[in-house]
Amino acid sequence: MQAIVANRMRSVLTTLGVVIGVLSVVLLVAIGQGARTEITGVIEGLGSNLLFVLPGDGDFGAAPTRSRFTTEDVELIDRALPGDDERAAGYVIGGETVQADGQRVTANVFGVTASYPTVVSRAIGRGQPITESDVVTGRRVALLAAGTADELFPGQDPIGRTLTIGSIRFRVLGVLERVGGTAFGPDRDRQVLIPISAGQRLFGTNRVDAIFVRADSTDTIDSDRATIESVLAERFAPEDFSVLSQDEIIGVVGDILQILTLVLAAIAGISLLVGGVGVSNIMLVSVSERTREIGLRKAVGARTRDITAQFLLEAIMLTGFGGLVGLAAGVGLAELVAVFAPIPAEVTWWSIALALGVSIGVGLVFGVLPARRAGRLDPVEALRHD
Amino acid sequence: MTAAPLLEAVDVERIYRPGRDIEVHALRGVTLSVERGDHVAIRGSSGSGKSTLLNLLGALDRPTAGYVRYDGRDVRDLSDPELAELRNTTIGFVFQSFQLLPRLTALDNVALPLIYRSGTHRSRRDRALAALEAVGLSDRVRHRPSELSGGQQQRVAIARALVTEPALVLADEPTGNLDTATGLEIMALLEDLHEEQGTALVVITHEQHVAERARRQIELRDGEVTGEHVRVDPTPRRGAP
Repeated sequence: MQAIVANRMRSVLTTLGVVIGVLSVVLLVAIGQGARTEITGVIEGLGSNLLFVLPGDGDFGAAPTRSRFTTEDVELIDRALPGDDERAAGYVIGGETVQADGQRVTANVFGVTASYPTVVSRAIGRGQPITESDVVTGRRVALLAAGTADELFPGQDPIGRTLTIGSIRFRVLGVLERVGGTAFGPDRDRQVLIPISAGQRLFGTNRVDAIFVRADSTDTIDSDRATIESVLAERFAPEDFSVLSQDEIIGVVGDILQILTLVLAAIAGISLLVGGVGVSNIMLVSVSERTREIGLRKAVGARTRDITAQFLLEAIMLTGFGGLVGLAAGVGLAELVAVFAPIPAEVTWWSIALALGVSIGVGLVFGVLPARRAGRLDPVEALRHD
Repeated sequence: MTAAPLLEAVDVERIYRPGRDIEVHALRGVTLSVERGDHVAIRGSSGSGKSTLLNLLGALDRPTAGYVRYDGRDVRDLSDPELAELRNTTIGFVFQSFQLLPRLTALDNVALPLIYRSGTHRSRRDRALAALEAVGLSDRVRHRPSELSGGQQQRVAIARALVTEPALVLADEPTGNLDTATGLEIMALLEDLHEEQGTALVVITHEQHVAERARRQIELRDGEVTGEHVRVDPTPRRGAP
């Protein structure tokens, strides 16, 4: 123990590698976890009991498939589902320049069916919703999300005002309620909703990118899914569409982000390994410097295992202490990041346990070699050493 | 039936092979014995093999041939932990260069051998204090070696050697790094403690006047014992046969 304190500077520099390694693991895992929580939160925030009808076979790793859905498919699905309520909504999306009064932004423009706000629980804050008649006639009206409204019409009431999407002029019908921003995933407060027909004309297509369907309750999800699949099977080949529940998407997204988090942790772990090598190096130097001391200890009765244990313990204390410091710094930084940046950071108990366990493990693994070398020193040679 | 001597070397040889074709015969068949409570000096010039002999007598090294026995036990039969225990309980070393740990206080240095046996922190401290008092350094217990004179450092080393109450103190040129006057003080201290506690004392030295102080003087030259003188002393020493 005295050895560590006496060479304070050297001990600090040695443990720096471990500190940084542990810090990185804790911080990066926290960010990964936070991202996961946030993105699943976004998906859940769309409402519950949602089914997603997407083009392609649902393989998230593959290249995106061109959608071949049309508004007719939306209607067919709606009609096939039991109950009177409109439970299916389709949208087509594009990124467009939106201008008004000298202000110009790029926003996600969604061409939506009239049922969209109800299906995905998007409340209208002020003004009128898009109606069925708007969709049928392709009327050039728009709903603005709260953030976009602030950007285009700062400090003014946007309702009734004109804006240009692409090169087409639209009239503002209403403003959506603010949802709350997230760092990852789409910013739902920066959107423009227009009737789907107007959107298709704007983008020059007649496709529908995806269809949301709201099931009545958790119990009806499977039967609704079966209904949708049978409707679509008549019009498409099986690999052209997939119906996914919210849980499934959350599951897949969660898995992807979990893997991402683990990859980040592994990369951070590399710096921990490097730190361990540094510890090993310094321990070897320490053993070499204290050769006489080891010889003397053996002369007064230390066994090989006593010496080995002494040096191994010192290594573990070094790395364990570095682990604690790195842990504190990692947690502190994660908190700081969460406060000051839109990036979420969520410290998990397992990343703490992992970081501490690994730092002690590193001390053990990288301390063993020097410790054994210390133990095996011949006392006669050692006492003669300078 | 006579009991086995405390320490016995029988036809001890030690050969070093520093290179593939080089053989150094440091000891060529040394036989000697030390009884409990005895005071022996081993005198030889440099190159005589006295350091090698000290290492073998102190169970720090094993002979290439021959036997080193403590109370009849052959050092070669002992495992590493057993050797360590032998050094811890039976032998106390005093080195020419003192060999104190620079980062520890005098008290901690003296207590060091006690760490390698069971006992509480307080009992260790108490015994170390007592040992330091016996060598006259009660007022320096918290000093580091760098804050002590050569003579004081050697006193600390002696206290450390005696703190375990060993049967034998092995002193390797104990006055080698000290001036003449201090050296004499140290020798007097060693001898006083040897008499008081009945500890056997073996002093390795190249100096005649140091060797003469012992009851028995063994001459070592070129790895062999070339003579032994026994002083006829009117005052019998405690513990002598």
